[in-house]
Amino acid sequence: MSGPATIVGVDVGGTFTDLFFLDAGAGRYATAKVATTLENQANGIVQGVMSRGTEIGGIATIVHGTTTATNALLERKGARIGLIATRGFRDVLEMRRRDRPKTFGLTGSFEPVVPRHMRLEVTERVLADGSVHTPLDRDEVVAAARQLVAEGAQAICLCFINSYANDAHEREALDAVKAVFPDLYVQRSSEILPEIREFERTSTTALNAYLQPVVSRYFDRLEGSLRDQGFGGRVLIVQSNGGVMTVETASRLPVRTALSGPAAGVIAASAIAKAAGYPNVITGDMGGTSFDVSLVANGEAAVRAQTAIEFGLVIRTPMIDIHTIGAGGGSIAQVDAGGLLKVGPESAGSNPGPACYGLGNEHPTVTDANVVMGRINAERPIGGKLKRLDVEAARAAIERHVARPLGLDVMAAAEAIVDVANAQMAGAIRLVSIEKGYDPRDFAGMPFGGGGALHAGALMLDVGLKCSIVPRFPGITSALGCVIADMRQDAVQTVNLVLGSADLSALGERLGTLAQDGRALVEASGVAFESVDTLVEFDMAYVGQSHTIVVEAGADPASVTEADIGAAFDRVYADKYGQTLPGLAKRIINLRVITIGRRPKFDLMVLAPQGDVTVEGARLGSRPVWFGGRWYETAIYARLDLPVGAVIEGPAILEQPDTTILVEPDLTTLVDPFGNIILSRGT
Amino acid sequence: MQAASALASQRRSIDPTTLAVLKGRLEEIAAEMDATLVRSAFNPIIAEAHDCAHGLYDAETGETLVQGKNGLPVFVGTMAFATKAVIERAKRDGDLGPGDVYVMNDPYDGGTHINDVKLLQPLFRDGQVFCWLASVGHWLDMGGNVAGNYNPRAVELAQEGFWLPVVKLAHRGVLRQDIIDIMLANTRLPQMAFGDLQAQLNALRVGQARMTELLDQTGDETVATVFAELKERASRMMRHHFAALPDGTYSADDYLDNDGSSDEPIRIALDLTIRGEEVTLDFSRSSPECAGPLNTARSTSIASCYVAIKHLFPDVIANSGVLEPITFVMPEGSIVNVRAPRPTGGYTETNLRIVDVVFQAFAQATPERASACAYGTISALALAGRRPNGARWVMFSFHGGGHGAHPAGDGLNHGNAPLSMATMPPLEITEANYPVMYRQWALRPDSGGPGQHRGGLGAIYEIEVLDGPVDLTLFCDRGKYPPPGVVGGGPAARGRYTYVKDGVTHQLPLTTKVVGVSLNRGDRVRLESPGGGGYGPPERRDAARVERDRRDGYVMEAGR
Repeated sequence: MSGPATIVGVDVGGTFTDLFFLDAGAGRYATAKVATTLENQANGIVQGVMSRGTEIGGIATIVHGTTTATNALLERKGARIGLIATRGFRDVLEMRRRDRPKTFGLTGSFEPVVPRHMRLEVTERVLADGSVHTPLDRDEVVAAARQLVAEGAQAICLCFINSYANDAHEREALDAVKAVFPDLYVQRSSEILPEIREFERTSTTALNAYLQPVVSRYFDRLEGSLRDQGFGGRVLIVQSNGGVMTVETASRLPVRTALSGPAAGVIAASAIAKAAGYPNVITGDMGGTSFDVSLVANGEAAVRAQTAIEFGLVIRTPMIDIHTIGAGGGSIAQVDAGGLLKVGPESAGSNPGPACYGLGNEHPTVTDANVVMGRINAERPIGGKLKRLDVEAARAAIERHVARPLGLDVMAAAEAIVDVANAQMAGAIRLVSIEKGYDPRDFAGMPFGGGGALHAGALMLDVGLKCSIVPRFPGITSALGCVIADMRQDAVQTVNLVLGSADLSALGERLGTLAQDGRALVEASGVAFESVDTLVEFDMAYVGQSHTIVVEAGADPASVTEADIGAAFDRVYADKYGQTLPGLAKRIINLRVITIGRRPKFDLMVLAPQGDVTVEGARLGSRPVWFGGRWYETAIYARLDLPVGAVIEGPAILEQPDTTILVEPDLTTLVDPFGNIILSRGT
Repeated sequence: MQAASALASQRRSIDPTTLAVLKGRLEEIAAEMDATLVRSAFNPIIAEAHDCAHGLYDAETGETLVQGKNGLPVFVGTMAFATKAVIERAKRDGDLGPGDVYVMNDPYDGGTHINDVKLLQPLFRDGQVFCWLASVGHWLDMGGNVAGNYNPRAVELAQEGFWLPVVKLAHRGVLRQDIIDIMLANTRLPQMAFGDLQAQLNALRVGQARMTELLDQTGDETVATVFAELKERASRMMRHHFAALPDGTYSADDYLDNDGSSDEPIRIALDLTIRGEEVTLDFSRSSPECAGPLNTARSTSIASCYVAIKHLFPDVIANSGVLEPITFVMPEGSIVNVRAPRPTGGYTETNLRIVDVVFQAFAQATPERASACAYGTISALALAGRRPNGARWVMFSFHGGGHGAHPAGDGLNHGNAPLSMATMPPLEITEANYPVMYRQWALRPDSGGPGQHRGGLGAIYEIEVLDGPVDLTLFCDRGKYPPPGVVGGGPAARGRYTYVKDGVTHQLPLTTKVVGVSLNRGDRVRLESPGGGGYGPPERRDAARVERDRRDGYVMEAGR
């Protein structure tokens, strides 16, 4: 399948590379799943792209969700880099914000990505108001760069104090280094993140430098391999904020791809839910070790300003707000010394995996509990790696480690494991919804990933969600999201202006420049857009507060008045905290300008079931499944063979190659016109 | 409906699933209260340093039922005593009803020091108190003769600042403006105080709403049973851990530099006795209460022991059940059980020393769980001056240091105090808010105690005044007695605190404490905080680690 309009979405996971091919003009799609090639992910991608007999020359765009950056951070496999700091401040990166990993237990440790002997200092100092206190010593910069390169630095980052207020010294230092080492990766913090807070800015810049040689090499290889096969289109990369960027931008700002893969999944989920009539959705991606939750309100995924990949590895750049807890299929259940049942965060992962895999783990996992209760088909495991699952091994593990210590029988213990895991996932959902002021009754749940649909019904009932939507291909949601995502550029600038004394004309000018730059970058991508939109936001607070709230200022900064900004702040503040504090001065800390290139939308209806299918034809038989303390003889269906409009009453199990959908006794399902399964309370 | 404790006493047993589920829900509620205060607070000690805590407390005894994971650990124990004091006061007042809020900063009844303003609110269910919700946050200024209230020269509470006994702040949801007016009149920073007060009320509002929702959904009796069960399990786990330790008495003595008035050391001495499942922490050999502000209330001392023990046994559930198998001996009138009106402003230093002796004593009983001592001083710095328009400014900050080494590895460089989860405000925010400039913000080489595992490094902070005159106050410790190592590990470097006035470097008259120094433009203050103690004999250190320490400049002098 191919054509000039073909777009391919590619998501590379730890085990599989998923692809989604879309020929929007012809209204056709195809999916593919190939093994991930861990050594060089590009090989797997090329295999996948070729696997459907596609005419590669006819592919216009390949959009890639990648975990290269995430893995390089978690496995500490980034480049050897150097850091040049203001004299007196080379340890900012290592001193963090003087925190520690855990409240109790003083056994934490932290290794910065730049070792201390690779962090050097130069004479220069800018004050908080942007004025120069000590001029830059250019010779020291050059000497420092030479030393770092001699020590093996593949990239150098420049992180000076107060450079958010005046970037002249960092610019000058960058020129000085480039003059001597024109081919070296060199970055300055005022370009990566011109925002107040030296640790967050330094950390983001250092992580970007740490990733750049590795990630840009990967992108080069990927493009090269594709071009070798005759690919003549464009490669776009998904960012953590859910938008795409060109491969050139991604090579320059790899730190923005830290959550690339999961973000693509959220984008797909929000588009699918919106098309199905549910603009408010909470997504839950359940894999082997973790459960990732995100909230989408009015079709927009919640975004947060910063995240820590692990203790001390802080990235401050807008990212889709993905809350992760250690509850997945491989999460281990155990009873602690106080007799309390715990599930996770320790996980058996996919290797050795749950006890029922028979690969050496003897501790019971969530998957083992699902197998023992008949919820997972032991004869046909998803993923296709194993032939069958060992139910007896799962029973034995639960018996020994949970049932006996708690004085329960095996079935009650299995149910308790799933209930506790469900409760943790429900807690994560409440955290992103209720605690942020959203009412779960206004939201649908959307499980994806291999395990989500087994727990969707229970989560819906526990949290009080309206319903649950299981997309037609939960296992390739991220690949689909790649095809859907818009292009997006985020820019931030710290200004520190008090309302009333702010020079609004200067503010309008700065906004105008940021907006122009964003638009130019998006338009230079050569991608076709339906429109290019600009959004302006202010991070604001009362004078004296340091935590800000986001105040949207509309699309046209030139026409915004102080009164408008003040009134908008009051609305947001009152909404958040139930009151405003009249008489206190308000301050704009940061400007944020978001440029979005809207890509043409495709009709998700192409995913709907085609041809002559019937409920009877989809019926596979039945098996006993454990629900609420007893066995039910439960009907089993082939999910992909169910026709639009089909209604299945629980208890039932719907199977498909990449997931299992559990329909509890009091629930009912409907196949909607897009082929989604809508799971709701029985009538 | 009745109080949670009364409901629980008639309880049936609870299934393990409900217990695990509701434990998580209750912790979420406390955590959300923490987050609400942090996000809406005005002073950086709360907003950036997270010097606050929230929790749920027993309707009758005031005991801790649940505490948020991100709150200041030491508050968990002290809030129980504060709640008890409020319960007594409410009985005397009569007419307790929904929407009532009590406020206090009384350091004897509620523990800690006057800057910790505590708001307490009953949660009513069908006309009866089910439990108490509490919010505590460190306010930046409570009047007194030193801005920020860390006054090393204070010899009675009235000199430290404004003493607020337990009083009713809101009646049936209506705030009493007269109380607020008195509070705001007694601080140098009324606007900030007003903002923080509102933020704490926001947190209580969130807690009320979430708890009510949970109780409606789950039933009062179930939640009450969960409270009782969690406490019982915490005590069971604690007993299980103690039983595994060898019986015996283990002693540790440590010292504070002085009390801020006279240069005499203060002894904190612990005799830890382990007998089967129970332990006794006997502080009888400690110094008597002192003239200066290094005293702590018994409640705070117990809370410090609780935190230290939780650090050594982190898997035990955080609630009052931890304390159940422990007997405390703290003679009245001693440094760890102060009587009014002795000052308590610098209580943190004494509490950190209590943590240190608990670590040292347990290290003898259980080397495989031992943590060497952390840096042991919060190193409080206050700079105060006036803006060109005459408005007051007060810059107040606590500083970090090294954590102790432990069986698994080196101590963390530049961590927060064991009693706290406080982070440090970015120096760029400090520079944007106050007329100061940092000259240095760096790790301090050679400050970690040597050992098979090295103690974490302390830090160097040097700050220059850009616009004077500025009043300098420093309240630190560990200038004479370094943080000890354990299990054969060596001590860390002592703290060193100096200031430069008119180009001349001055040591502090009491080594680590000074007040009343006026600095001008170009003058500087320099803090070099202690590292953490080492673990295990230094000669057992891996050669590659030694070489790395040298290469990265963590250790510059041989033998450290």
